Amino acid sequence: MNEKPKSRGDLLFSLMEKFTPIIAIIGALIISSAIILLIGEDPIQVYKMMFGLAIGNRDGWGNVLFRATPLIFTGLAVAFAFQCGLFNIGAEGQVYVGSFLAAFIGFSFTNFPAIILIPLTIIASAMGGALWATLPGILKAKKGIHEVIITIMMNWIAASFTFYLVLIYKAPPTEAMKAANMPQMIPQTSEIALSARLPRIATLLTKLNISFPSHNPLNVSFFIALIAAFAIYYLLWKTTLGYEIRAVGFNRTAAEYAGINVSKNIILAMMISGALAGLVGTNEVMGYKFRWRQEIFINLGFNGIAVALLGKNHPLGVVLAAILFGTLSYGGALVNIYTAGKIPRELIMVIQAVIVILVVVSDEIIKRILLRRKSIQ
Amino acid sequence: MAEYLIEMKDISKSFPLVQANDKVNFTVKKGEIHALVGENGAGKSTLMSILYGLYQPDEGDIFINGKKVIISDPNKAIENKIGMVHQHFMLVPPLTVVENVILGMEPRKNYFFVDLQKAAHDIKELSEQYDFKIYPWSKIEDISVGIQQRVEIIKVLYRGAEILILDEPTAVLTPQEVDELFKILKALKKQGKTIIFITHKLNEVMAVSDRVTIMRNGKVVGTKETKQTSTSEIATLMVGREVLLTIDKTEQQTGKIVLRLEKVNSLNQQRYAVLKDVTLSIKEGQILGIAGVEGNGQAELVEVINGLRPITSGNIFLYEQDITGFSPRKIRELNIGHIPEDRRKRGYIADYSVAENLVLGSHYKPPFAKGLFINFPEVNKLADRLINDYDIRPASKDNLLKSLSGGNQQKVIVARELYKKPILLIASQPTRGLDVGSIEFVHKQLLLERSLGKAILLISAELDEIMSLSDVIAVIYEGEIVEILENKNIDRSRLGFLMTGGGSPGKYNTKQDTLVG
Repeated sequence: MNEKPKSRGDLLFSLMEKFTPIIAIIGALIISSAIILLIGEDPIQVYKMMFGLAIGNRDGWGNVLFRATPLIFTGLAVAFAFQCGLFNIGAEGQVYVGSFLAAFIGFSFTNFPAIILIPLTIIASAMGGALWATLPGILKAKKGIHEVIITIMMNWIAASFTFYLVLIYKAPPTEAMKAANMPQMIPQTSEIALSARLPRIATLLTKLNISFPSHNPLNVSFFIALIAAFAIYYLLWKTTLGYEIRAVGFNRTAAEYAGINVSKNIILAMMISGALAGLVGTNEVMGYKFRWRQEIFINLGFNGIAVALLGKNHPLGVVLAAILFGTLSYGGALVNIYTAGKIPRELIMVIQAVIVILVVVSDEIIKRILLRRKSIQ
Repeated sequence: MAEYLIEMKDISKSFPLVQANDKVNFTVKKGEIHALVGENGAGKSTLMSILYGLYQPDEGDIFINGKKVIISDPNKAIENKIGMVHQHFMLVPPLTVVENVILGMEPRKNYFFVDLQKAAHDIKELSEQYDFKIYPWSKIEDISVGIQQRVEIIKVLYRGAEILILDEPTAVLTPQEVDELFKILKALKKQGKTIIFITHKLNEVMAVSDRVTIMRNGKVVGTKETKQTSTSEIATLMVGREVLLTIDKTEQQTGKIVLRLEKVNSLNQQRYAVLKDVTLSIKEGQILGIAGVEGNGQAELVEVINGLRPITSGNIFLYEQDITGFSPRKIRELNIGHIPEDRRKRGYIADYSVAENLVLGSHYKPPFAKGLFINFPEVNKLADRLINDYDIRPASKDNLLKSLSGGNQQKVIVARELYKKPILLIASQPTRGLDVGSIEFVHKQLLLERSLGKAILLISAELDEIMSLSDVIAVIYEGEIVEILENKNIDRSRLGFLMTGGGSPGKYNTKQDTLVG
């Protein structure tokens, strides 16, 4: 067949395939504009306010990155499993267990110095998540049981199990409660040791004489998330382990034939995925609330699925998608306050949902266009 | 009455990356069997898709019975009495033959009800007319591939087609089923039907066609009366250079026994015996061919040797070393090469590049791995070398394997399995779906390995391939080696007899289902 040079249209469409998330984001903003108009507000003004407040100043940026941090972890978790052909719906449960284990280590070994306790707590949060992902991994690898079913069920178990644990390790009543002869009513653990806490970015920047609001929750966990993204990129595309994991993800039978131990790689991929989800504990427990309370973690795992999808299962994409979701979430919350509730917080969920739907749809459409253009000769 | 029933004039069709048809002229006479041949991607399928209304030509006209027609979609094709039988059947497995045949044009009774009885009657009549031996009420999933193909043909006839286009109809059939198909084609011709037969198997062209049109690179390079041409002439036209069709096999001194299987038994998941007391051995410098109808244990035999399938009893030896129960990786490390039967499923990773595929299976060992990391400079060096040595096209190591043609994908696998100089090579269906040029390449490589004193286990559904390459032929039937023969003056029909159960006592129930139901 005579080769012809790639036409301009082909190039355009293959470029578009890479950038469907951007098309989806623009589409979602347009659709949401209609909703804002229906509410009776000016969409341009709302978006201006939302992005202005979220990323228009240092405090906003800090909050955005703080909210992005857990989503980077869970997004990486889902994306990594996906590279091995696994759909880890269980990031939610892995977050609960990992972060609880981090809190447990943090409030149990209070006399350890920071140099030991901080790494130990970080490892604990990863280990907890990995542990929770191991069973679905083994069942998938050895018995072929679908990981989606098992991880969904494990989410419920994790939620109930950590709630049960929190009642056992409940914080003692405060002085005020004691005085009123009341028990501790909030289902939360004691605070972790000072030597288990991650420094706030504000503290570090102030030392460098850069002004940054001291109440800002952004902490060192954000850098742990960036390091994790970098490490996952390296692992997947530069190491033999990554080669095997992706080979299993693309074509299990060919991998098996090439002598790759498929079971081992599936279990390992699930464990690494779980560990990434568990690391959410570094941000919420070690860097922010300093204790474990279930409500802090709700939906972080599920949002990770959307982040992975939007980030096209690539670590860089995941980081960018998480930052976008952080922006929407923080900007949305502020717009709600500034408009005195006229623009509901739920609008943000709508935008996020529309983005996800549009990514899936435009991916599919462009794939089909490309297929038709390449076409069967 | 025009001279030709179908006349396609100056047809051109281009796709974004390729000129699929370039001023093609193609004519078919009424009542003939016309073979359309060419390598993969020569433009045969595009031309037929235009005739069937699936594509519109960029230029050119189609005449039927001398009248210009525009075939805008398959419905128009059917109106013009043109029907097409696709290579991949378009049948609904859980439905019956009748239901499949009438799908989309169900005869009505009292407005609301499908008149299945009438349809079944019609189908039965058609079946008897052409000796199809189809029972209208059997379910598609219960009948063999050969019979399913007849259902497809009936479907087309039921819609009143006078012109039948068959797209590589023999690709999915066993040798016996091919013979049956040819009988049917001749019966159709006798009844005045016109048949266009797409293929790239030259012996089939000679066996059944009246005329043959050869395409290359989107152009017609010749139309010949079959009687006045030869396979070598057609092959030369197809490939654009002279092709060695007959395999030049020299005498080869054999050496020590490389692979030995002793009373190997294996069960499938349903605990059904798929290999029964298989005993065979291959020597250095020897090609052992396994002849058999597909699905008689060939795939399982290969899996057992590769360690992918556990065996229940028996032993496998490689140069007197007992390798029974070794893991696939451990067996690979003993330097066994394997060209897998289903390359898409087992042979390569479509989303990996050529370079990444070339190290599949040795990616974890130096020089391709350095500690935990892949050593990309070494991987690329190997890829450049193999792309050059094995003439893999396009010559870029970064292309994803899925963007390559079937022949080049197979070259990647052959290169990967051969460059390590394996002591034993297992080649399963090594030329399946390849065009003449690529087949020649693979055959040459196999004979080269043989001349280097390597042992080769060859498994193929093509009896010709087995007979022309092997030194020794083992016939397999229902998981049993029924006979092992020196490949000297073997009678083809005897092989066919053995392959269909003639050699195993008490089992004369042949696999060929003639009447179902």
